[in-house]
Amino acid sequence: MNLLSILAPDRQADRVVPPSGHTAWLTQFTAAAMAFLAVFALALSLAAGRLADRWSDALERTATVRLSAPEDQIDLQTAAVLEVLTTTPGITSARALSDDEQRALLEPWFGPDLPVDALPLPRLIELTEDGAGYDAEGLRQRLAAEAPGAVLDDHTRWRRPLAVAADRLRLLGLLSIGLIAAATAAMITLAANAALAANAQVIRVLRLVGARDAYIARAFVRRFTLRALSGAAIGTALGMIGVALLPSTEAAGSFLTGLGFTGAGWILPLTLPPLAALVAFLATRASAFRKLRELT
Amino acid sequence: MIAFENVAYSYGGGELLSGISLRLAPGSFHFLTGPSGAGKSTFLKLCYAELRPTAGHITLFDRDVRSLSRDDVALNRRRIGVVHQDCQFLDHLPLAANVALPLTVAGRGSEASDLTDLLGWVGLGSLADALPPSLSGGERQRAALARAIIMGPDVILADEPTGNLDWEMSLRLLTLLVELNRMGKTVLVATHDLNLIRQAKAQIPARVLRIAKRRIQLAGADL
Repeated sequence: MNLLSILAPDRQADRVVPPSGHTAWLTQFTAAAMAFLAVFALALSLAAGRLADRWSDALERTATVRLSAPEDQIDLQTAAVLEVLTTTPGITSARALSDDEQRALLEPWFGPDLPVDALPLPRLIELTEDGAGYDAEGLRQRLAAEAPGAVLDDHTRWRRPLAVAADRLRLLGLLSIGLIAAATAAMITLAANAALAANAQVIRVLRLVGARDAYIARAFVRRFTLRALSGAAIGTALGMIGVALLPSTEAAGSFLTGLGFTGAGWILPLTLPPLAALVAFLATRASAFRKLRELT
Repeated sequence: MIAFENVAYSYGGGELLSGISLRLAPGSFHFLTGPSGAGKSTFLKLCYAELRPTAGHITLFDRDVRSLSRDDVALNRRRIGVVHQDCQFLDHLPLAANVALPLTVAGRGSEASDLTDLLGWVGLGSLADALPPSLSGGERQRAALARAIIMGPDVILADEPTGNLDWEMSLRLLTLLVELNRMGKTVLVATHDLNLIRQAKAQIPARVLRIAKRRIQLAGADL
């Protein structure tokens, strides 16, 4: 008995076992609800993955040199730092932020009227690296020699927790899908057990007239597999419609930006109905053979 | 076909059958008689491997039942037609589908004409589409007999097949069993109806086994 053969029409076997009533509908409803949730878990997982990649990429490609020096030496040391940076392999560009740019950075904390000129703020120099990257330790040593007040911040301490958080979120999404699959299997197992117990007399008669366990199990497994497949298809369709109808948050540019599926990602939820059918097939098959040994 | 060798069967701490040794030869006709609760049904269940002996050996078509897998048991039951006391039908299926059930579960199709002939032979040709709950006791017993023989079994076991039937219907069922025996089938009928046994012995050389005090003996000439 395999999954594909189960899906083939079998009118005789379908007739032999009476309709399972509410257990079959329960299976279909459970599969639909779980598939609906799985679509959102998948969307969350994919979005978290994209977010992790975006944060990593953005932070990985840039770094900042913070330069603190006496006022009369600041321009000199800035020039020295820029010279070091532009001659460092792996760095494509480097520039000192203007006062306006520094004011804009500090504005969220100190307001728009911050007197940048009057404050002893360090000079910020932004650098962009190429794909291969640069030798951060070597650069720190060179900066210490050329501009003692310069501190290289390569964003590692920022990037790492953000990337870890996004990765965890992605894992949580995948874990949710696994839990949904396990819960689906548990529910279908319970429903299949109930159906088998309710049909104990039918099973007994079938055994008495020479039915093998595989024949009897097939009738139940086929029913529950098809219910799970159709239920999951409905739930997946509703979930995908729900994701498609999520309001765009491009303008806000927040965490929720891009929650959902993009491009080929829309194909992924389509794997949920076959996955649900496989879960139902395996759960009902194991349950049926175990229950048959108990009943007869 | 079926052989018992010093077989015992215990259930719930009590021994229901013990020291049973006998052989159902091909083409034989046996009656099994004894008081209610003596273990006739248990003996039949041992014959078609619904129960396993707690001691001794039962050989079914040359194989010890203890060595049979569940699939083997199912395949052996296709060679043994059983008429159960309570008929054991699937009430949601029409009579014809119930009678054809052994063929269905074996994956063998039946010619509609064969099924019609068989139902006609047991006098149920007009009830092919009826559901089992709507049938009388006699009709159900004859349908059960039709189902028992549809696979062309080597052995036919009947557990009190006339228990709920009037005398006329009992004779009709007996006639069918005798016909089957004359076709070469091995028949074992559990019954406490001594008149039925006498009627059968007038037609065929049937042997009568009596079950009493957990043992099976060949009955005397009074039967």
